[in-house]
Amino acid sequence: MRALLEWLDDRTGFRGLLRAALFERIPGGARWRYVWGSTLTFAIFVQFVTGLVLWAAYSANAQGAWESVYFIEHEMLGGWVLRGVHHYMAQATIILLVIHLMQVVIDGAYRAPREVNFWFGLGLLFVVLGLSLSGYLLPWDQKGFWATKVATSIAAITPVIGPTLQQMLVGGTEYGHHTLTRFFALHAGVLPGLLMLMIVAHVYLFRRHGVTVVKKPEARDGFFWPDQVLRDGVASLAVMVAVLVVVFATGGAELGAPADPTEPYAAARPEWYFMFLFQWLKYFPAGWEIVGAHLIPGFVVTLLVLMPIFARARLGHRLNLALLGSVIVGIVALTTLAYVEDGADPDFAAAVAKSDALSERMNALVVAAHGIPAGGGLSLLRSDPMTQGPALFSTHCSSCHRVDGHDGLGGLLTDDPAAADLAGFGSREWLTGLLDPERFATPEYFGGTQHVRGRMSRVVQRAIASFGPEQVAELGLVVKALSAEAALPRQAAADSVDRAEIEEGGRLMATERMNCTRCHLFHGVNQELEGPQLTGWGSREWMLGMLQNPGHVSFYGDSNDGMPAFGDDAILTEAQMGLIVDWLRQDWYEVEAGGR
Amino acid sequence: MSEQIPGPEHAPRRRFLAGVAAVVIGGLAGLAPLLSGAVSLLDPLRRRRADPGVALVTKLAVIPKDGSPKKFTIVADQVDAWTTHADAPVGAVYLRRGPDGVQAFNVVCPHAGCFVGVAPDKSRFACPCHKSSFDLDGVINDPRSPSPRNMDALDVEIRNGDEVWVRFQSFHPGRAEKIPVL
Repeated sequence: MRALLEWLDDRTGFRGLLRAALFERIPGGARWRYVWGSTLTFAIFVQFVTGLVLWAAYSANAQGAWESVYFIEHEMLGGWVLRGVHHYMAQATIILLVIHLMQVVIDGAYRAPREVNFWFGLGLLFVVLGLSLSGYLLPWDQKGFWATKVATSIAAITPVIGPTLQQMLVGGTEYGHHTLTRFFALHAGVLPGLLMLMIVAHVYLFRRHGVTVVKKPEARDGFFWPDQVLRDGVASLAVMVAVLVVVFATGGAELGAPADPTEPYAAARPEWYFMFLFQWLKYFPAGWEIVGAHLIPGFVVTLLVLMPIFARARLGHRLNLALLGSVIVGIVALTTLAYVEDGADPDFAAAVAKSDALSERMNALVVAAHGIPAGGGLSLLRSDPMTQGPALFSTHCSSCHRVDGHDGLGGLLTDDPAAADLAGFGSREWLTGLLDPERFATPEYFGGTQHVRGRMSRVVQRAIASFGPEQVAELGLVVKALSAEAALPRQAAADSVDRAEIEEGGRLMATERMNCTRCHLFHGVNQELEGPQLTGWGSREWMLGMLQNPGHVSFYGDSNDGMPAFGDDAILTEAQMGLIVDWLRQDWYEVEAGGR
Repeated sequence: MSEQIPGPEHAPRRRFLAGVAAVVIGGLAGLAPLLSGAVSLLDPLRRRRADPGVALVTKLAVIPKDGSPKKFTIVADQVDAWTTHADAPVGAVYLRRGPDGVQAFNVVCPHAGCFVGVAPDKSRFACPCHKSSFDLDGVINDPRSPSPRNMDALDVEIRNGDEVWVRFQSFHPGRAEKIPVL
């Protein structure tokens, strides 16, 4: 063994290198205050390791990015921890960088002869920020997508080259495959390569100039190995533990719903350490964007770069301290303002809640579909009645109908609805209300329609109003029978228990006392077809037929009061009508309580 | 120092020529990958936005009578690098009945590209990011609004009496002039 090492040393000289690396002299001995640079190196090492493993599972294209990250997060062994560590260590890196920068400036370690190394350090800060910015997009979820749209739009307002720069970053005019391939090449290739080169140069220069000793202590000089390495190791472990605690406490990095340029995302925010810039942009009215986004930040960065030059002047160091101090105070103040403003904004809270709910929903949909279909996560979401129904209802139905008094999306409308409230349509409760003489003519049911003057109105408000107890009981059975026609999934249990009553109710509908079939068709029994047919009333097929053309003889015929023929007039596609109907019938996949 | 090794004083011209040749030949060798890389890297600048043309968005009857805006998805064929999507949702617009007929606005904020929302009381458009605010005609209604221009109005055509067709375009963000992305 010894001979082998001798031979290797003779051929490579590695011992000399090792000795130079480990037995670096530290004036005044090892100290805790020297650990910051090493913890940064450690944090970046963690990012390289976790990043490479993530790379091995990631797919940079618009049809696979979200899906592959979903797989990492939910299916891969330990994937969520891996991604969580990468996510939070990135944030720790920023914190450590700022601490390191502050220490370097406070200790005067940026002054001659260490100017060049200070510039390398500043360069490293910007490379790390670039890594963070490019990494934010890669999951291709709504948050990353919209935040990156803002970032590239800011690039686009650069004078002269702006639009070209944006097009180069985006990889074309539209966000898509090439946006991801380019951001990934930056994030995993160009920037880490640059980072590595700069760290080598930074450490080389650091070794060339040695530790900046603040106050010559009485203590004897020491060496890097093992005293300082021990301290560095302890500090690095502390950083790692802190990140792991955050990962386990938060459940890892979030993954929102897949990116969709056609769906609003009101919770779009950058990562917390960019929030000061986000807030900053709010203060620049039209025409001043370049000042806010480019000139002032560019000026501040130039001042930071020039700090070693300023330091040559008398009081220059004090000036630099004041400069860095005010920049940091400004950043903290802006960040605080940004969070205070968002915290006071109920719309933002609602947007975040919606975003979280959609993220949860995606998990349920993937489970329901036993994986992600070839169309990707977005195809799952777009065919989900629970999330798509409300928006479609709001756009196409809410000018006349309501659900539970709102427009589908929770928006409250001031005017009285022109047609029935469809919350629970088809259920026993809904029917009971319809057939209630007190409620039939209210805006909740037919109050806003011409049907208040129709035959059914007279049936409810005169005949039913004068029902004796026996007939009321019979009507209860009719309600059960008719509601069973809807075959609502939420009522399946009750429908199956009450089978006998439902059969009896169906028979009663044709009797003279109930007399439903006088006007309505019910399982082949009918005298004169005047109202909507009740066979399959409220079922998926019945509702789809109603949406297709309410003026069809099977539905309202000539007495249809203004409801558009959504299918016949090609206002909605079959798929869209299906989503509205399934949503109203509450027919969607629900996660079983207590497990996936 | 050995007599055999030629120093500069022995053959200055030869040494100079060899130096020039080394730089030129080495440079040429290195230039090939750099150039071919740069050419392909610049390819996106050659790409033009596929013009979705005028798209049928909805029927006139669907747009609220009270002048409040509603969001509609634009469906068109789309080419994303190596993938072509037929009839894919490519973007969204707000439609509303204005004083002079149907108005269409691109939902994207002219400031920094966020998706502009409609205030809960439907009285105005409000961007959730940097708080740009527009009235329902798409005009900036707050002097502190960071948006450099009004919301991007799109051309609307009513065909066959009740079909609403919109020319769907995007515009460069962050500048006062409305320049279409081509």
